[in-house]
Amino acid sequence: MFPGRFHYASPRALDEAVELLQKAEGEGKVLAGGQSLIPLLKLRFASPSILVDINNLPGLDYIKVESDGAFRIGALARHGEIERSDDIARLQPTAAAAVPVVADPIVRSRGTLVGSVCHADPQGDWAAVMIALDGSVTAYGPEGKRSIMVKDFVTGPFQNVLSYPEIAIEATIPAPKGDVAGGFLKLERRVGDFATAGAAIGLEFNAGRVSRAGIALTGVGGATVNAEAAAEALMNSSLGSDAVMRAADLAAEASSPKSDHRGSADYKRHIVHTFVRRILAGIATDQERAA
Amino acid sequence: MTQTADPRAGAPAPVDEIKIGGLGASRRRVEDNRFLRGKGNYFDDIVLPGMLHMEILRSPMAHARIKSIDASRAWAIPGVRLILTGEALATRNLGWMPTLSYDTQAVLATDKVRFQGQEVAAVIADDPYIAKDAVTAIQVEYEPLPPIVNPEQAVAPGAPIIRDDKLGQTDNVVFDWEVGDQAGTEAAFATADVVSRLQLHYPRSHPCPLEACGAIADYDRATGKLTAYLTSQAPHIVRAAVALIAELPEHQIRIISPDLGGGFGNKVPIYPGYVVAILASILTERPVKWVEDRTGNLISTGFGRDVYLDGQVAMRKDGKILAVKMNTLSDHGAFFADAQPSKFKIGLMHSAFASYDIPYAHMASRGVYTTKAPGGVAYRCSFRVTEAMFFQERMVQAAADDAGIDQAEFRRINFVKDDDFPHRTPYGFLTDSGQYNKCLELALKEIDYEGFLKEQAEARKQGRLLGIGISTMTEPLGAGNSREYDILGIKMFDSAELRVHMTGKAMLRTGAKTQGQGHETTWAQIVAHELGLPAEDIVVEEGDTDTAPFGMGTYASRSTPVAGAAIAMAARKVKAKARKIAAHLLEVSEEDVEWELGRFYVRSQPARGVSIQETALAAYSNMPDGLEPGLEAVSYYDPPNLTWPFAAYVCTVEIDPETGVWDVLRFVAVDDCGVRINPLIVEGQIQGGLTEAYAMASMQFITFDADGNCIGSNFMDYLLPTAWETPGWELHEVVTPSPHHPIGAKGVGECATVGGPAAFVNAVVNALSHLGVRNIDMPMLPDRVYEALTKRTDVSGAPPVKTD
Ligand SMILES: Cc1cc2nc3c(=O)[nH]c(=O)nc-3n(C[C@H](O)[C@H](O)[C@H](O)COP(=O)(O)OP(=O)(O)OC[C@H]3O[C@@H](n4cnc5c(N)ncnc54)[C@H](O)[C@@H]3O)c2cc1C
Repeated sequence: MFPGRFHYASPRALDEAVELLQKAEGEGKVLAGGQSLIPLLKLRFASPSILVDINNLPGLDYIKVESDGAFRIGALARHGEIERSDDIARLQPTAAAAVPVVADPIVRSRGTLVGSVCHADPQGDWAAVMIALDGSVTAYGPEGKRSIMVKDFVTGPFQNVLSYPEIAIEATIPAPKGDVAGGFLKLERRVGDFATAGAAIGLEFNAGRVSRAGIALTGVGGATVNAEAAAEALMNSSLGSDAVMRAADLAAEASSPKSDHRGSADYKRHIVHTFVRRILAGIATDQERAA
Repeated sequence: MTQTADPRAGAPAPVDEIKIGGLGASRRRVEDNRFLRGKGNYFDDIVLPGMLHMEILRSPMAHARIKSIDASRAWAIPGVRLILTGEALATRNLGWMPTLSYDTQAVLATDKVRFQGQEVAAVIADDPYIAKDAVTAIQVEYEPLPPIVNPEQAVAPGAPIIRDDKLGQTDNVVFDWEVGDQAGTEAAFATADVVSRLQLHYPRSHPCPLEACGAIADYDRATGKLTAYLTSQAPHIVRAAVALIAELPEHQIRIISPDLGGGFGNKVPIYPGYVVAILASILTERPVKWVEDRTGNLISTGFGRDVYLDGQVAMRKDGKILAVKMNTLSDHGAFFADAQPSKFKIGLMHSAFASYDIPYAHMASRGVYTTKAPGGVAYRCSFRVTEAMFFQERMVQAAADDAGIDQAEFRRINFVKDDDFPHRTPYGFLTDSGQYNKCLELALKEIDYEGFLKEQAEARKQGRLLGIGISTMTEPLGAGNSREYDILGIKMFDSAELRVHMTGKAMLRTGAKTQGQGHETTWAQIVAHELGLPAEDIVVEEGDTDTAPFGMGTYASRSTPVAGAAIAMAARKVKAKARKIAAHLLEVSEEDVEWELGRFYVRSQPARGVSIQETALAAYSNMPDGLEPGLEAVSYYDPPNLTWPFAAYVCTVEIDPETGVWDVLRFVAVDDCGVRINPLIVEGQIQGGLTEAYAMASMQFITFDADGNCIGSNFMDYLLPTAWETPGWELHEVVTPSPHHPIGAKGVGECATVGGPAAFVNAVVNALSHLGVRNIDMPMLPDRVYEALTKRTDVSGAPPVKTD
């Protein structure tokens, strides 16, 4: 691989990293797991003046559950660590379902959830998961910290709202107010393939009824699709077949896929419909079993 | 009590052939010792003093006239040593070069670009980063011309003529070729009870070796010698070609093919990059290294397949096939650069139906130019045999369905019988041997064919879609008898040179070139079998034209059939000489010397003997009067016929009716490749081949959009299966030795890639046959399967890709 010429820095402190990005005046790039950025450098789609490698910044590689059940995931927590996290497996079914189908085991050992959300690939998986969970990203810059909901963070294909000296240091999943349920399904042509179409669903239940719902879709639009209306259709339901069908219809409607060598737009919409139905049917079965 | 004297009393215990690593020993591969340690020696590992680096500028457009090339900004970059364009090459008569199919190919484009990714210019610089920077600084002005991405567009009235460089080329047709008995075939069709027809496309695929292509050219002005380290499966052909193209004297050309990271047919052709690197070294008088990147490999080098079939089978009511018609239409890209024997325009496509007893057949083949990369290499097959067997088994499945006869029974009815060899095939080959029914029956038993059919019927009632697919194959391997097979006039024999040293250790060199097949292991086993020398005492060397005997290289599963035979023959020559030495040592006449593995002894006195090692020592220290010293031999082997392995593959699948996703439930493979020299390596070859077959059936292809853009020029879109999704293979064997090969072996490296794809497609189509679906083009991506099952139609995958 022969990328264009760039400088490389490996700061040991967050402020130093921000300062380096500040100096680069928008020409710098944060290097996290490198699983998206390195390929871009190789193809010379990205030619930053400096790579600010954050892998040596201390204290960013955590996956924490707060006492209220909120998750905080540091910028250097790898997909593989999330995959092996007991807390995620026990408490966060949407993320637990998604992580084994993000990339392949090799990529998962380097790539980060925060990096994936920052990268904002319309076919990426994590932004969909985080939107479905009402998650947010904490950015750190010269003016200090700010928190941005992921649904507002991703603004388009490979675009996010960070200003150039800012670094995303953490992703958070808010504390649930009810019983958590969720799922993730993705159609891929092969392990390690990006989504032809995929759906992430995060739900909370109170007294058997949906009290919070999030549905987000990947691979079926110019950016991750936040299927708000579809999620809304589930509110206060107990996932009866009408509500499920309505949500699936609205999710399919919210998607705007393109026909390409992976399939026609109609097919991808149909997959969204099928996956939303399947995830919800699975949750409904689990609920019945629990009741 | 009397005791009969032990006839072997005093003789050493017989050599255990398996223990010394002879025929049938599952020896671990000796080459893996260095590969697994990361100590392989690939061309990119080679660093020569003063070496420069080359990068190629490729066309972003499929079809365009070059208006101008401005390299001034590139020249201004420090560290740039040389920039070559088509114009610069043309002044040295190197703008174009001959292909292996008697066509021409642009080395660097002069007039037009004719496919996306075509070589336009090259930069030679102090390091690869500078070369890449400089390549991006070259400005080329293109005037777009209409792209052509399939044969239909190529022959449409008013289609632009792609090869307007060729005098007298007034259309986009490369060739029209036919074989078989047309009158007999038509007559048979006229009497048929049932005629079955099938149309389909075998998509463009790419061999995609994990190591891409490249070269280091090192021209030494002082000695006049050119040394080129180069990724070639056939280094001697490269030497001959360089002598012809670059007009260098052949004895001053040394081609070294070091360790290769796979080839699969992709490393048979001569690529523009090699030629430009050689010229650059001559001009700069420095070694020049060119390493192709992944996209360069996928977008510009030899592809496989891309053939359309219109096939018909004429049958009697009882299922007996009377005749077969095949019309093929093949897309060769911008230059006809198929690597194949010269006589045959569409490779050995006419090996189709070789295992079926069919009196008449006719094939009409047309090849066309398109604005796509050239190639048509034998991607893990013996020159288009993959297409031949795929078409055959897809046609057989459709024919059985149309005749209303069970898939297995239909094959039983039509197979060539075991006692009917040698058998003349309907297109004129002579098959050597086989037990077709035995292989099929074993496969059916292992998969529990009858049981699965019942399960399938039950499942259908519940809306589940199960399918079973049978595919059988035979393949002409070991081109291959010099009367019929040549490449550019060079006959397709092969060679081996065996030198036994004084201490009984040996060196073996052949004209083949291993790329992962394990020659270093198996070749030694053939010598062990012939001479009784332990395999570990024999070192095998290939790939250096200054030291290896002349050979045609390794592809088309030809190495065991041809070079392997040459090795056995060379060993037999050594043994003949060793026998003379043994007679001398044993002080008897040669007629009284008997042989057992590893040892000569005096007839009826087994205790009086000398080992092969002792004769080797004597060859250098105590040779008889009148006998030349030394113990070595060269053999050039011109095979009397091809070897014909056989395989029966049966696959079961389940399709998810809501998504079109299909999963392999089981896959049973029965391979008959004759005598297995190293069963472990044979099984490895079959597993690898089946994995590639699965890849083609499920995910792997190169396609094009309407603008001629290549889709599949990187690993995001050109999908190689990984261990995670590859099904498990259940392997079985039948052994029918080749009657004419010295040790009874047949080729096997490619059988599974050749025969495998149809098993998957037949299984998926079988699962949907009750819906009227007759064909889904590969790869059977879920969207295609879903379309077939919901619309109840066949699904074509021909380019261009459908977009909104
Ligand atoms: C073969 C392969 C298959 C893949 N398959 C999938 C898949 O199926 N699904 C999927 O979702 N992804 C997939 N990916 C992408 C993978 O998940 C990446 O790891 C992820 O998208 C980016 O995370 P990273 O840490 O590697 O980021 P990097 O590559 O280091 O960075 C990506 C981008 O985000 C920016 N960035 C990273 N971290 C920060 C930060 N903390 N603050 C500010 N900006 C930041 C970088 O500057 C860069 O622009 C695949 C990648 C590969 C190589």
